[in-house]
Amino acid sequence: MKHELKLYCEKSSLSELRVFLSTILTKSGLSEIIQNQLILAVEEVCSNLIIHSHDCNPKSFILLAVNFTTNSVIFEITDSGKAFNIIEYKSPDINAVVKEKRKGGLGILLVRKIMDKIEFETDSTHNTCRLIKKIKSK
Amino acid sequence: MLEINKSADQDHILIELIGEVDASNSVELDDAIKEALSVPTKKILVDGNALEYISSAGLGVFMSYLEDFQEKEVAFIIFGLNEKVMNVFHILGLDQLIEIKKNQNEAMKALYEA
Repeated sequence: MKHELKLYCEKSSLSELRVFLSTILTKSGLSEIIQNQLILAVEEVCSNLIIHSHDCNPKSFILLAVNFTTNSVIFEITDSGKAFNIIEYKSPDINAVVKEKRKGGLGILLVRKIMDKIEFETDSTHNTCRLIKKIKSK
Repeated sequence: MLEINKSADQDHILIELIGEVDASNSVELDDAIKEALSVPTKKILVDGNALEYISSAGLGVFMSYLEDFQEKEVAFIIFGLNEKVMNVFHILGLDQLIEIKKNQNEAMKALYEA
């Protein structure tokens, strides 16, 4: 089953995103901790795009599709802003974050720790980021 | 939605977080900690009993003050985190960098009996 959401690029959309994901994941049979992790990982990617690729422009949007397969759940995030290549992005060292009193940089690290597989593709018009989490088949 | 209540008690400042911290409101958390650090206190407590969610934006706020806490010799303790929120701190190993206690009693003990 596939679920889709169109998310406008403002920070206030993030709570709407959480409600959308929570509604879908509640029915998944996954533990609350895993559900929260998945919501977090998707939100981190979306908020990155909203803030850095779209400068919080409420007229632009990103698309999210959630797809359950027999042994995984796939979150596909598509946008047409400045491409953010999540695979090439180097997460900072946590100790450096503390030393430099940085407030950002932890988001993508969380995504990497939570998800089993991350894919990124870009062409002249669209960027697609796929976050894949393996789940036990029922 | 995030609500932040601040109070001062004995020797410490208590910051209560109610709701969800994300990129849209982490600046409010930042202001609350900045304000707590602006008064001459040596003890700051964060009550996370009603904190339902935190994203990296909120975690980043805590992380960005760890050096200041150390420089100013401020004891900073978070307590009452639910399992989901605690798990997020744990994923990044932040529970090793920030003092986290189960409940207010334990946090107070650490503050006043140490």
